Formats: sequence, C-alpha cells, structure tokens
Amino acid sequence: MARITREDVERLADTARLYILEDEIEQMTEELNKITEYAQTLQKVDTTGVEPTTHVIELTNIMRDDIPEEGMDRDLLFKNAPDHEDGQFKVPSVLD
Amino acid sequence: MNFETVIGLEVHVELKTKSKVFSPAPNRYGDEPNTNTNVIDLAYPGTLPVLNKEAVEFAMKAAMALNCEIATVTRFDRKNYFYPDNPKAYQITQDDYPIGRNGWIEIELDGKKKKIRINRVHLEEDAGKSIHTDDGYSLVDFNRQGTPLIEIVSEADMRSPEEAYLYLEKLRSIIQFTGVSDVKMQEGSLRCDANISLRPIGQETFGTKVELKNLNSFNFVRKGLEYEQKRQEKILLSGGVIRQETRRYDEATGETILMRVKEEADDYRYFPEPDLGYLYIDEEWKERVRASIPELPDARRKRYVEELGLPEYDAKILTMTKEMSDFFEETITHGADPKQAANWLMGDISAYMNKYQKELRELPLTPESLASMIKLIDNGTLSSKMAKKVINELLEKGGDPERIVKERGWAQISDEATLLPIVIEVLDENEQSVIDYKNGKSRALGHLVGQVMKKTRGMANPPLVNKLIIQEIEKR
Repeated sequence: MARITREDVERLADTARLYILEDEIEQMTEELNKITEYAQTLQKVDTTGVEPTTHVIELTNIMRDDIPEEGMDRDLLFKNAPDHEDGQFKVPSVLD
Repeated sequence: MNFETVIGLEVHVELKTKSKVFSPAPNRYGDEPNTNTNVIDLAYPGTLPVLNKEAVEFAMKAAMALNCEIATVTRFDRKNYFYPDNPKAYQITQDDYPIGRNGWIEIELDGKKKKIRINRVHLEEDAGKSIHTDDGYSLVDFNRQGTPLIEIVSEADMRSPEEAYLYLEKLRSIIQFTGVSDVKMQEGSLRCDANISLRPIGQETFGTKVELKNLNSFNFVRKGLEYEQKRQEKILLSGGVIRQETRRYDEATGETILMRVKEEADDYRYFPEPDLGYLYIDEEWKERVRASIPELPDARRKRYVEELGLPEYDAKILTMTKEMSDFFEETITHGADPKQAANWLMGDISAYMNKYQKELRELPLTPESLASMIKLIDNGTLSSKMAKKVINELLEKGGDPERIVKERGWAQISDEATLLPIVIEVLDENEQSVIDYKNGKSRALGHLVGQVMKKTRGMANPPLVNKLIIQEIEKR
C-alpha cells in the first residue's frame, strides 16, 4: 500500500475540519503510516468467505411505531446554543 | 454539428409520517421554528436514532409503485459533511444497500411511450433550513431536520427538457396516489436537481455534465434545462469545453448562474451507520406492503377508458392528481354520467381552480352536489346555460343544486302542459312561418322555437319545444 504523504494529511485535516499545526503534520504523517502498516499485518489473515463486520452487536430490524411526541421546549434547547434570534439558532454564515 | 441532450434527475420526496425518521419529534410543516425538534434531531451527545417503521414502509411503497426491486438486506450509512443545517455533521442515508433498485416509469410524448429507468430509491433524513442574514449570519430552523426523505435517482434516460418535465409529472402523480407524500414543490415536499450534458449525435460516451439546482417548480426545471441546453451547445459549437460545475437557476432572468466548479468529486467518507442495525425485509413484509398500495394512475386511466368509455385525453387529465381522480369517482358513485362529470371537472371547475389558485378540497363544491347538478341536466330540469350559473354558485358558496334551482327560478320548463298553450299561441301568431315550414323551409322552425323561448324568458326546454311545435304543426 502506498505510504501516506504530507499532502494526504493536509487534505484529510481539511475535509475533517481539523486545524493542525505545521509541526504536527510531520508527526501525524508518521503515526498514520504506522497505523496503516499495522493494518497491513492484519491484511495477511485469510478472510475468504467472511462478511465484513460492520456491527459488533447483531441486532436487526429494530424499529419503533410512528407515534409522535411533542418537540422539546426550544428555550431550553437554546441554552446550549452560542446564540439565537427569532426562535432560530444563530451561527456564522457558511455559504456553499 | 448536432447534439443530443442527456438528462438525469434526482428527486427528493418528503414522506408524511407523523413523526421523524429517527426521532419521535413531530413531522409537521409550517410550524413555529424549532418547536418540532428534540435532542436526537439536534445531535446531543449520547442520543441514538431509532428507525420509524412507517418511514420504511412508505419508502417501500413508493419504490414498489416506481416498479423497483425491493432489497432483502438493507442498511444505513453515514454521509459526512459540515454545514450548519446538519447538527450531527453527517446525514444518515443509504449508500450501498438502498431499499429499491432498477425501477422505471413510463412517459408519453407525442403519442409515443417511453420508459425512463430509475437507478435507485433510498431512505434518508432531511436537514434543517437556514436563512442567511445580511450581516453574515445564518438563522437555522431544525423543524425539518430528520424528516424522512426518499431520494429517487433516474438513469440518464431523458433526451429533452420536455421528457424531464413529463417524467416529473408522472413521478409526482404516482407518489401522490400511493399517499406517502404531499409531493408539493412549493412546500418543498418534492425537490429536484437535474444533471444535463450534451454529446454529438451518434456518440456513445456522455459529455461532461452540469448539475442544476434551485429548480423550484416543474416549469423552472424545464426552463432551466432549456437554457442550459442552449448554453452548452453554444460553448461546444465555438470549440469550447464544458466544465463540470453546479449551476443555479435564476427565476428572475431565466438563466443559470455558476455556483461552484467541481474540481474533484465530493468526499463524503461514507461508512456503515453504527447506531442502526441491518434491516431485513422478508417476502411476507414486502407482500403486505404491496397489498396496501392503492390503484395507481395508469391503472385508473385504463379503467376510465375501458370501463367508463372516457376518451384517452379525459382519462389522462383526470388521473393527473389523486384529488381530481377521487372527486371524479365519487361524483359518478353518486349517479352522475361519467362523461359529463369529466367535462365539468376539466372545464368550468378547473378553470375556476386556476383562476383563484385553489385546490379541489378548498372548494365548497362536493361530489354529491356536482352529481346532483348533472342529474338535473339529464332529466331536463336544468338547461346547459343555466347549469353554468348553478356551477358558479356551487363553486362560490356550495349548496344543494335542486334548492338553488328552485329558489332562483332557474328550472327549465319541461312540462308539456305548461308549454303547449304557449306553443299554440306562437303558432297562431306566426301563420306565415307555419306555412313556410310546411313548404319545407326548415329555417322557419328555428324562428318558431325562438318565439317560444322569448315568451318563456329562455326557460323552456328547447328539445321539448321543438317536438311540440312539430307535433302541433302536423295537426294543422
């Protein structure tokens, strides 16, 4: 597998909105490569016929009936918000 | 060089369950902002989603009505992106295992039928709504957050903006008949993005596609695509290349405006949603849902033509919306002649609805009253001229046609005993016309009928007057 480069780390950080310092980039590149190397070791195990494990608890078809419950008091919800106005959450604009 | 247009559509439809897809908060449109949310919708730490069974069944119903194969194994995935209207920073959607695949709907253009294939139908959650203020802030309302949504992705099978329009119209009608959504574009319960590209006629591979957004009505979809078709053709003809970009339709100018250029594909880092287990849909469940799908527009249309004897055109118009079709069926259940019911619904009633921008259920007119009016026409009580007055009153105020006719004195005189003396009087006063008629001048009959109508202030039943005049002349 191709080694993770400095550019990969920068792109990943940007996609994940992580702000990492210049001198952390080198360190992270190193660490991420160690992790993928370890994964390479695991790749040697023969997994023919084994379904990928996506969930460790095998619960399926867990559903609820369509019964509504009133919404929560919005003033209470606003207590954890940085700001609000006219019954709405107020945040800095992000224009796509 | 001549180009072929290639269009594919992505349609989002909100499902009208009572509660949201992963939380029990109410799924209601038009309420005060942020009153229909809870800690799950707002992604408070430690909260977990629980899937709404009705949302799954609604999605299955829609997918089935669109002729999709229904998955036996299905699952949810996380689509990761950052935006203020999305509190979890990911949307729960379906990536590899959508509920429905390989569907199709049939459209009809210039009498020719064409199948438009549907790639997939998957279930996901809607995001909140944000308004951008002038001073650099966004105000966010999360009432819509978590509303169950299905995304219907067509294949790139449409070859003109008109085909795209017809596909949307058909899609809306089918979904509306299943009853799983209001499919109202003006309320956002149906939304559409379009992909459009051009290629030289005969070329296999697709050209570079442009994504169109902000298409807020079916008409804007058609207009936006028409504009884009011309724009791309102009670029290609002048030797330019089409950039892969997202453009917004501007309603004021009818043009498409660049939003952003897509340099690389969006990286949503999909992965299986760990908070929701797999969903298995067995045959029994599928059959149960399938059995609950009501008769769809195409089937109704066929029945109207084959069993009720309506023209193909009428059947098509009546089945465009479930409301119209249901109203029509109820009217004939109340004993109205189908063709007449169709004529009134497609004529005066539709004209009134268009003029006042009203929907059928907002009108005081009921299927019973329409049927009763049609019966009054059939039995000769109401002339077609007077029926126009009655329908207007029913549309404005409603009421019982029989009473309206009686109170207003709008009933046609269809009583022989009343008409006969008037007929005799007219014949006596117009001896020359009687002679003319006897000599074969059929025009004289019209004159005599006109005289009787005049004496009855237009209220006499014309066919009956006709019959009585001929009968009386023959006696002379």
